[in-house]
Amino acid sequence: MKLTLKIWRQAGPEKSGSFETHELDGVSEDSSFLEMLDQLNEQLLADGKEPIAFDHDCREGICGTCSLTINGHPHGPENSTTSCQLHMRKFKDGETLTIEPFRARAFPLVRDLVVDRSAFDRITQAGGYITVRTGSAPDGNAIPIPKPDSDSAMDAAACIGCGACVASCKNASAMLFTAAKAGHLNMLPQGQAEKDKRTLDMVSAMDDAGFGNCRNYGECSAACPKDISLDFIAKLNRDHAKANLKKLLS
Amino acid sequence: MNLDSKTPDGPLAEKWDNHRFSSKLVNPANKRKYRIIVVGSGLAGGAAAATLGELGYNVDCFCYQDSPRRAHSIAAQGGINAAKNYQNDGDSIHRLFYDTIKGGDFRSREANVHRLAQVSANIIDQCVAQGVPFAREYGGLLANRSFGGAQVSRTFYARGQTGQQLLLGAYSALSRQIAAGQVTMHTRHEMLDIVSVDGHAKGIITRNLVTGEVDPWTADAVLLCTGGYGNAYYLSTNATGCNVTATYRAYMRGAGFANPCYTQIHPTCIPVSGDHQSKLTLMSESLRNDGRVWVPKDAADCSKYPTDIPEGERDYYLERKYPSFGNLAPRDISSRSAKEACDEGRGVGPGGRGVYLDFSDAISRLGESAIRERYGNLFQMYERITGENGYKRPMRIYPAIHYTMGGLWVDYNLMSTIPGCFVLGEANFSDHGANRLGASALMQGLSDGYFVIPYTIGNYLASAGAGAISPDGPEVKEVLDSVKQRVDQLVSPKGKRSSRSYHKELGQIMWEYAGMARNESGLKKAIGEIQELRDDFSKNLLVSGSGKTLNAELERAGRTRDFIDFGELLCRDALERNESCGGHFREEHQTEDGEAMRDDENFAHAAVWEYKGEGKTPDRHTEDLSFENVELAVRSYK
Amino acid sequence: MFSTSLGKKYLMALTGIVLIGFVFVHMAGNLQILAGQEQINKYAHDLQSLPWFVLWGSRIFLLACVILHAWTAFALVSENRKARPRPNEVEVTKKAGWSSLYMGLTGTILLSFIVFHLLHFTIRLIFPEYNELKTTVGSPDDSEIQDVYKMVLAGFRLEGVSVFYVVSMFLLCRHLSHGVSSVFQSLGIRSESWRGRLEVASEAYAWLVFIGFSIVPVAVLAQESGIFSLFDAAVFSSASLLP
Repeated sequence: MKLTLKIWRQAGPEKSGSFETHELDGVSEDSSFLEMLDQLNEQLLADGKEPIAFDHDCREGICGTCSLTINGHPHGPENSTTSCQLHMRKFKDGETLTIEPFRARAFPLVRDLVVDRSAFDRITQAGGYITVRTGSAPDGNAIPIPKPDSDSAMDAAACIGCGACVASCKNASAMLFTAAKAGHLNMLPQGQAEKDKRTLDMVSAMDDAGFGNCRNYGECSAACPKDISLDFIAKLNRDHAKANLKKLLS
Repeated sequence: MNLDSKTPDGPLAEKWDNHRFSSKLVNPANKRKYRIIVVGSGLAGGAAAATLGELGYNVDCFCYQDSPRRAHSIAAQGGINAAKNYQNDGDSIHRLFYDTIKGGDFRSREANVHRLAQVSANIIDQCVAQGVPFAREYGGLLANRSFGGAQVSRTFYARGQTGQQLLLGAYSALSRQIAAGQVTMHTRHEMLDIVSVDGHAKGIITRNLVTGEVDPWTADAVLLCTGGYGNAYYLSTNATGCNVTATYRAYMRGAGFANPCYTQIHPTCIPVSGDHQSKLTLMSESLRNDGRVWVPKDAADCSKYPTDIPEGERDYYLERKYPSFGNLAPRDISSRSAKEACDEGRGVGPGGRGVYLDFSDAISRLGESAIRERYGNLFQMYERITGENGYKRPMRIYPAIHYTMGGLWVDYNLMSTIPGCFVLGEANFSDHGANRLGASALMQGLSDGYFVIPYTIGNYLASAGAGAISPDGPEVKEVLDSVKQRVDQLVSPKGKRSSRSYHKELGQIMWEYAGMARNESGLKKAIGEIQELRDDFSKNLLVSGSGKTLNAELERAGRTRDFIDFGELLCRDALERNESCGGHFREEHQTEDGEAMRDDENFAHAAVWEYKGEGKTPDRHTEDLSFENVELAVRSYK
Repeated sequence: MFSTSLGKKYLMALTGIVLIGFVFVHMAGNLQILAGQEQINKYAHDLQSLPWFVLWGSRIFLLACVILHAWTAFALVSENRKARPRPNEVEVTKKAGWSSLYMGLTGTILLSFIVFHLLHFTIRLIFPEYNELKTTVGSPDDSEIQDVYKMVLAGFRLEGVSVFYVVSMFLLCRHLSHGVSSVFQSLGIRSESWRGRLEVASEAYAWLVFIGFSIVPVAVLAQESGIFSLFDAAVFSSASLLP
């Protein structure tokens, strides 16, 4: 395959960025999108140019490191797929592809296509855990958890923290991420003791990080490589309202 | 080199309890006087940093990823073993211990393995309490599945992403400690060297991958939880960032490297599709619970569409050769059988390097929806990568490098031969011998991090006393300067070849001569070729950009150079281990029907390599393994 | 509570519920015009005759909801602009529909519509002549009351006004289509099994409101063009801008 690649280049957070266009020939249909970029980088290197910086690690769709906006879609046009699992057979020979970083104020740009997603870590640090000392846990079967509840918690926990939800939202809202993280723990019996505090703290950490507001229009869920449902956002809204009311009345 | 394993006295089942009682403790009020460095934030590192922080130590945790949640433990799919016997099928701590020792082909330390089996149950409890959403039955209790190399059902799982869920559990505990100020997290930092003072590990040197700054960090102890070295083969199931640098640098500073030749090949990976390939994707071994592995009986049938080959013309070779374990035969055995079938010309798919994994029986028995429920995400992954539908057409699989059992030598306390330098998880050599059973890696990482190191490090710290050195001291400066010089060296030559091309070539040498089957002449040839590659690397490497910014080429160049050096060590170890055991298969040592033949008389030991300087041949030491509680049997899965 | 991002969304939803309810009541009131001059005039007179605190209480409450709804929207939008200072080079969507993407635009136009509408029929500043339209039809005690029937006919006989009303009601329809279902989402009062049903219900409600509000201006224009006659021919012909 032959491709024209229009790629965002930016030397650093303070520098100004712009698009650069490259031609790449001899791309295998079986290669992944990142392998195509590897190939481009080898070509740039051979031409004495600086390769393009992009984030990647596991390349099997689970670590959530890759973060490319391809033709306007975070992780590309395919549903339920990360950039690393997107294969070139999904594109046409001769196509022009526009590749941008995940754009959001809360994800400051590091270099080229690499952004800083530590805001997600801060949201988790605010309350995305169950306080349990190592070694103090009761037997794993001490609390039966109904399978449907456990399955729903798993649906939420499947979030890989890639940030596609933020990148797909025109408001750069992190509601889907926060809702999945809080929802996972809020649905389990183990997570009840800290539920209200967790919900309030995670939401305020999300706000502090500079994410936008939820538009309720489902772009996040459509872009999510793990198909996290909008229901978790509804649940977070509910849990947050309840927690606030309890606080107000107590 | 002192290789005293410090195995506690007493009966096997009481060793760990005795040891915990006799270990010195650090007074709770004194813990805050100690600073501990944890390198790596996967299951071992994340769990250790969280637990040590919780105990009151000051912890600095480093990872090369942009978040600790992305460490490669995240990619483990299948599950985690624990001797809970929830299924009432005869499991026990002793059985898990025995299965693990036997699975490791009797090349691991009894006491370590037994401890692992003992704490396995605590791990499940801990993870459930953290909110890990393990699969459950309708009654609300935990579900189990069976896994390769075991006849009991003891594997706990969270869909096809057990690794991610366990890691998120450890990450959540770590996050809590970061918020509490007990752990300081340093992301996008790569450890490039270790600092020791009077022989004790007292710090590390890192490079900030964003700014390029090379900085020293000092502490009272250093924990290396940096994973395995599978990427020495270029193509493996490891993440592209996984590297040997941390452990190899520790080796160069005096830590013994044990059994580097023990590498595990995973039988159920998606075959290579072409030269562009940058990594191989594994599909959980749990697929073998319901899938049947076969190749055509007749090599002429290989090009036919699989469903056109009648039942009688198929060779279900695992079921044929290992009737009692069948498709659940251990990883090394399944992998080698696949290689044999392909070597006979009966392989399928591009290049004839693949075998079928067929679900049609399971689908007709249980229905497609039941299979979708169990493995849906794996089928999806397969389709995304190959463009083929696994429900309609048998999947193609082939073995790939997956896990490395070898690693830095550690004693019972997980301390390497550098006092104060502890090694946890895949980075050490301790628990899996020559082959690791499925669903045991997660168990070991968490066991080391949550339940072993918190006790054993206290013993060391209480003896050594608090006294982190100044980052401006002469010992630190010397190492710091050497690291800076090394980074500059990589950036300065403007040759013609990219680091990736060297890494690829190294991988080809390793896979060819030190892959699934090895022999003396091949290994010697590999050592020669690797040395030539190193020479060329030092003259002809091309790294663009500078060391002062985010520079992936520079990172890869540094890692590749260590892989090259390490690759030679691996081949050397494989050459010296003149027997077949577990993942190390020497063609010279096999039975008539192609089974591995151990040599317990001469090789019932761990081989530990001591670095002697650049260009010098390292020394090989041994730690004899004594087996008092199990009988060294021929590992048979027939 | 209302300072957080979710709090603002609750405010949007709660004020939204009031306005959603209000448009329905308003529409039901309007449709009484189809029952004839007496019915609508009587209804309007009864409303006006409510105790002052009920009348003004409701008016102030409704106005406050509109202002709060608009002000919160403004606050959210300005935060959202800051959250994503640079848009993508290629802006595309996978799921979001037209109505959800342009809530701000439809909302702003509706706000100006509300101002116009109040000045037009309620305060009657645009055409003060409407104040002169008095009648005893529909009056409880033969005293002269406002002839709402005639006023509406006079208002909608102007083509431009009618078109503006119908277009605005279409925008209201789109605004409600996303808005009604968003109420359930923002307040978290829905579950997976209800999602589909609520979306259909929101859409249906939005169209109901559109049709209900559009019938009158459309019917007036139809009678004007002689397509069909729904209104009292005598009143109709005498109802013109300048009586």
